Amino acid sequence: MGKTQKKKGLADKVQKTKTATEIKNNPFEVKINRKKFDVLGRKTKHDVGLPGVSRSKAIKKRKETLLKEYKLKNKANKIIDRRFGEYDTKMAPEEKILKRFALERQRIHDKKDIYNLNEEEELTHYGQSLADIEKLNDVVESDSDTEEKGLLSAELTASHFGGGGGLLRKKSPHEQNNDDGTHKPKTRQELIEEMIVKSKLEKRERQTQREEAQELTEKLDNDWKSIQSLLVHRTPKSELKEADEKPKPDEYDMIVRELGFEMKAQPSERMKTEEELAKEEKERLQKLEADRLRRMQGDIEEDSTKKVSHLSADDLNDGFILDKEDRRTLSYQDGKWNIEADEEGEESGKDEEDLGGEEEEDGEEGGESADEEEEESEEDAESGDEGSHSDLDSEQDSNQEEDEKEKTDKEEAFPVVQKTLTEEERIAQQEAAKAELPYTFAAPESYSDLLSLIQGHSPEKQCIIVGRIQKCNHPSLASGNKFKLQKLFGFLLEYVGELATRTPADLLTVNKLVPQLYGLCQMFPEAACTSMQSILCDSAHDMEEAIELKGRSPFPGLDMLIYLKIASLLFPASDFRHPVVTPAMVYISQSLTKCPVTTLEDVTTGLVLCSLTIEYVSLSQRFVPELINFLLGILHLAVPDKTSLGYAVVPPFKAKGKSSDLLVVKNEKVAEVWKIKQQPLSAVQGLKFKDSLEIDHFKFSSLATCLDLVKRCTSLYKSLPSFSKVFQPIGTLLMKHLPVENYPSHLRALHQDILEAINSTPTSHVPLVLEKKKPVPLKLYTPKIVEVLDYGKKRGCTKQERERERLKHKYKKEFKGALREIRKDTRFLAREKLSEVMARDSERKRKVKELFGSLATQEGEWKALKRRKNKS
Amino acid sequence: MAPSRDRNVRLGESDQGKSKKSPKTEINSKVDLVLESRKHANAVFDILEYLQAEKEDEVVCAVNACNKMFCALLERGDLFIGQLPKEEETLVTANYSAEEKYKMWMRHRYNSCVEQLQDLMIHEAYRVRECALCTLMKLVEKEGKAPLIAVDWDEHYNFPREHLKSVVERLLSKEEDMSLLISRFQEFLDFEDVRYYVMGFVTENVAKVMQKTKEAVPLYQNNVFTLMTNITMPSQQTDLVNFLVKQEAKHEDWKAAKLKDHRRVFERMWLGFLKYKLPSGMYKKVLVILHDSILPHMSKPALMIDFLTAAYDVGGAISLLALNGLFVLIHEHNLDYPDFYKKLYSLLEPSIFHVKYRARFFHLANLFLSSSHLPVYLVAAFVKRLSRLALTAPPAALLMIIPFICNLIRRHPSCRVLIHRPSAAEATCEDPYVMEETDPVLCHAMESSLWELQTLQKHYHPDVAKAAAVINKPLSELEDDLNEVLELSAYEIFERDLKAKAGPVPLEFEPAKELLNRPGEVVGQHFTLE
Repeated sequence: MGKTQKKKGLADKVQKTKTATEIKNNPFEVKINRKKFDVLGRKTKHDVGLPGVSRSKAIKKRKETLLKEYKLKNKANKIIDRRFGEYDTKMAPEEKILKRFALERQRIHDKKDIYNLNEEEELTHYGQSLADIEKLNDVVESDSDTEEKGLLSAELTASHFGGGGGLLRKKSPHEQNNDDGTHKPKTRQELIEEMIVKSKLEKRERQTQREEAQELTEKLDNDWKSIQSLLVHRTPKSELKEADEKPKPDEYDMIVRELGFEMKAQPSERMKTEEELAKEEKERLQKLEADRLRRMQGDIEEDSTKKVSHLSADDLNDGFILDKEDRRTLSYQDGKWNIEADEEGEESGKDEEDLGGEEEEDGEEGGESADEEEEESEEDAESGDEGSHSDLDSEQDSNQEEDEKEKTDKEEAFPVVQKTLTEEERIAQQEAAKAELPYTFAAPESYSDLLSLIQGHSPEKQCIIVGRIQKCNHPSLASGNKFKLQKLFGFLLEYVGELATRTPADLLTVNKLVPQLYGLCQMFPEAACTSMQSILCDSAHDMEEAIELKGRSPFPGLDMLIYLKIASLLFPASDFRHPVVTPAMVYISQSLTKCPVTTLEDVTTGLVLCSLTIEYVSLSQRFVPELINFLLGILHLAVPDKTSLGYAVVPPFKAKGKSSDLLVVKNEKVAEVWKIKQQPLSAVQGLKFKDSLEIDHFKFSSLATCLDLVKRCTSLYKSLPSFSKVFQPIGTLLMKHLPVENYPSHLRALHQDILEAINSTPTSHVPLVLEKKKPVPLKLYTPKIVEVLDYGKKRGCTKQERERERLKHKYKKEFKGALREIRKDTRFLAREKLSEVMARDSERKRKVKELFGSLATQEGEWKALKRRKNKS
Repeated sequence: MAPSRDRNVRLGESDQGKSKKSPKTEINSKVDLVLESRKHANAVFDILEYLQAEKEDEVVCAVNACNKMFCALLERGDLFIGQLPKEEETLVTANYSAEEKYKMWMRHRYNSCVEQLQDLMIHEAYRVRECALCTLMKLVEKEGKAPLIAVDWDEHYNFPREHLKSVVERLLSKEEDMSLLISRFQEFLDFEDVRYYVMGFVTENVAKVMQKTKEAVPLYQNNVFTLMTNITMPSQQTDLVNFLVKQEAKHEDWKAAKLKDHRRVFERMWLGFLKYKLPSGMYKKVLVILHDSILPHMSKPALMIDFLTAAYDVGGAISLLALNGLFVLIHEHNLDYPDFYKKLYSLLEPSIFHVKYRARFFHLANLFLSSSHLPVYLVAAFVKRLSRLALTAPPAALLMIIPFICNLIRRHPSCRVLIHRPSAAEATCEDPYVMEETDPVLCHAMESSLWELQTLQKHYHPDVAKAAAVINKPLSELEDDLNEVLELSAYEIFERDLKAKAGPVPLEFEPAKELLNRPGEVVGQHFTLE
């Protein structure tokens, strides 16, 4: 505290006047504070007090401060003497004078030019003179120099402080080398000289080094500047941004700038060439594929993917990716991909140059609105209006078809054929449609509304109607449209279900509606997801109820199969976890494990489910145990002799039972006439056979499908560690129990392929080893520091409370002290005032007395004069 | 009997009433008449006639009337007590007083009524059956209070055994399913004495019937089983307070009032029942309830060993169920079962994940394998076999079995070689485990690795894949809680997946144009849209 320090200073002064010992020894000056108890280990400060001294100190201090203030009270002006050392009491007057004189002389001496009035002002920057900075243009901060200055080498210290002993000892062997025989030690003088020479040498060396380094940095700077200029060219946009961020310009500036921008019509992006378009499209697909792969990996490898995405030092930040995933997608299509795509692009570049590339990028919005406009204009024209929709569609279609061509080198001719076909159909249709279809449709509010709109039209027209509903109620047109279209998706799904449950099922219409569903799904993923989920949920619920009642359930109907298929078209089936696909997979698994196969229809349904499953997992190559179990079960149905099986079938199949001979072929001659034929999906709903031969045909078809699926499985799961164990039962069944010799050649070939695949896969594996884990760092226990505020004086539970107590106490003490001080001050002031008054009074009295005296003398003189007069 | 004038008048009245009144009121008035004075005793015949009526309502009415009438008569003591002479004899030998004659006559009516009621217990209408049963039991109660058999010595306890026995016989019909009536009968089984005697009669009855046939009689055995399962045994002596017939003298010494005797009879009944060949459905039913409603109430549970070991050797689901009873015996009654684990090991079949009692089995298996004193090779064999079987399991079972396997490895740290064998790294080898070997000692599980779980890391269900990925890292110290996953069903998983919402829905980027035409199409390869 400042106060105590000041006190100390005063006390010193007092002590100077009277020697401390003298005062302390004087028993009248000392006051002893007697204590009641002696506490061991406690230091006492206040056992002896010097009241006289402290009082005089206090008074003196008051005189210096309070009294002065009092004296200056009500006085506005005061004079501060700025002369050197005016208030410095320590300085002797002669000294002061000398110093003042010296200063005076100096000031005059410094002024070189009398005309230079503000010569002393120097411009600085960060405390450094600008002139200096200008002079030493590019001086490297001499860190090393300062370091050196501060550095104490062992030799140096030894020579300086160690009396040269260490130095001598170190040098002596060297010396010995120099001159063997003569042990004449060098004198101290010589040693020091040597050292100086050495250090100078070192210094020079360092200097040259520094110079070299400086040169190098300069060179680097130059290089950087040249590159920087390039970089600046690259990023003009960022500069524009910066301009925006500048403080608000005034109106004039704004206008000027606006004008400037108007004038400077920026060059639009040039039309892209076909190659570029193709390349862009390819890149887009690559990106999507990479994204899909990432989702496929799922949460498990999230960490690793994070690690992969690291920015290289060479990254130009222009979105160009060159990493593993890219390459993988290339190899994904047998490596021909790249070349073909380019060729494709060049070919198509010539005839389809007017194809707008923007549509691809702007997505639905642009395309749709363009449609809208065209539609309106053509309503007037009344000619080829139908073509307009389909034109655009076909444009998009052809684009998409190109993509497919790029992606698949499987069927070259197919899309073309398809295209022409649809073209013809469309023309025929146009004629009919002109008369009939209106161009605007209200969005259906309920399912029955949709039915009333759609029913009675051909599949193609239904498709068009749905398309027009979509266009008329595009979300960008009105706010409620989004909701309407979302509902439309649900209705369409319902409609699809209804079409599939009809007998016979109207699957061709469903087929036509798929693109519409896809489009709507792309627009409203959330709504599509929820409606798909609710369908799955309802069906699964029904199945669960049946299982709870009877322990088994019938196979799902054709509508569910179609729904599952559509789900795989609309959503990426390879995702690690997907709100629609994962439940769908669980649903399929449940059907494959809980629905017993009792009829040939069940066999077909099961096989459709199996092929769906394979489609679902074809990209992700995930393992589906139910699939293998079911295929084994189906094959088991074809085994004529059920005794001594080397494998175990898994429920819902039974080793023996009434429907366990479902696929055993009775008439072996059928094998010769049987041909590969695709089965109709409607077989799920019910089969009608004319005779037993037809049944056997059907059995062979089912077996062919089953064997093909098994074959696909073998190639799909080739990489699994337990491949051989998984396929062991199927292998035994095929090898020992299936009567292949009676089967058609196609089946025999499949059979052979599967067995080869199973046997050729290696069965040995590396034993499992845990992943190496990072060593856990040791825990560091830093000591806990607790602040001790008052040694046990104040009790209080918490830290805050104790702190408050302490502050309260302190406040009280301070308050009391202040009060006391104020009282003393007032007392002091009163005393001063009194003495002043008394002084004034005595003065007055003295003056009065004087006056009285003078008057008395005057009177006396006058009286004496009078007396003298009287006398005289 | 000469009808008096008074009666004539009354009859006339009733005749008049008959034309308009329902048979119900008529019966009721007749009952009143009978009870009013002995003169109108012949009306009993009319009432009994109604028991054979066509209409269901009338029969029910008549039964109720009989109930009322005979209860009153029993209370009054209007029925003959003691050895009843033949009806003809009473007429021939006239050395009885008129009073006695009347009583005898009434007793005969009573007996015939009881017989008719017993026949009504197999009437086609359930209402009639129920009514008849209730009436019979009511009469049993009254008879117990006013015994119809002359008591000649003190130690005799009053209980109309014959009466009850014939009721039980009717209940255990060989031709019909009596389960509904038996469940109605359950309320009477709450009476300690009724239960006691019924158990005795069941034992007798079963012995008698089964001795003859030697073959399983599903319907009969089903009835017996239903009756037996409806018996709820008291667990403490102090619970025995609810008696249909109270005994005045020496109540404590009555066998029906002692828990020990109850238990003995109960045990004898079950053993007697299980001694004979059971249909397989019945086997399962018995085994399901065995451990918690039969074994605790037997005086010597160890007597069940024969039955349980036989059941355990049957195989399949029955073995699984027998496991529970065996566990109780091993755990609480010190049963030593040689080759228990070997047998348990052989129970692990692919179908184990598909049976109804999966949760129960794995709960028990978890208990059996929780001992830390099991040899490592055994645990390893179990682990390896379970994981091999997991290759055919549905996701619900997988979500249970993977933590199960991990728990086993945690409990027996020396099994860790199954997932971590750094010594043999880099060197490939074929799986040395022999699946076909039934002896866990010889199956070489310890030299194998859990490649199956590695395979399951590629499982299509994300939760399973995650669960299987646990073995890539060192297992945590804490065991997984199995109770949550034991009962997990596929539908629950399905619902959980539906509810799990996470961010935006990813979409297929490849546009769909047709149902069955896409790169990588499988359905379209085999099926057409027709």
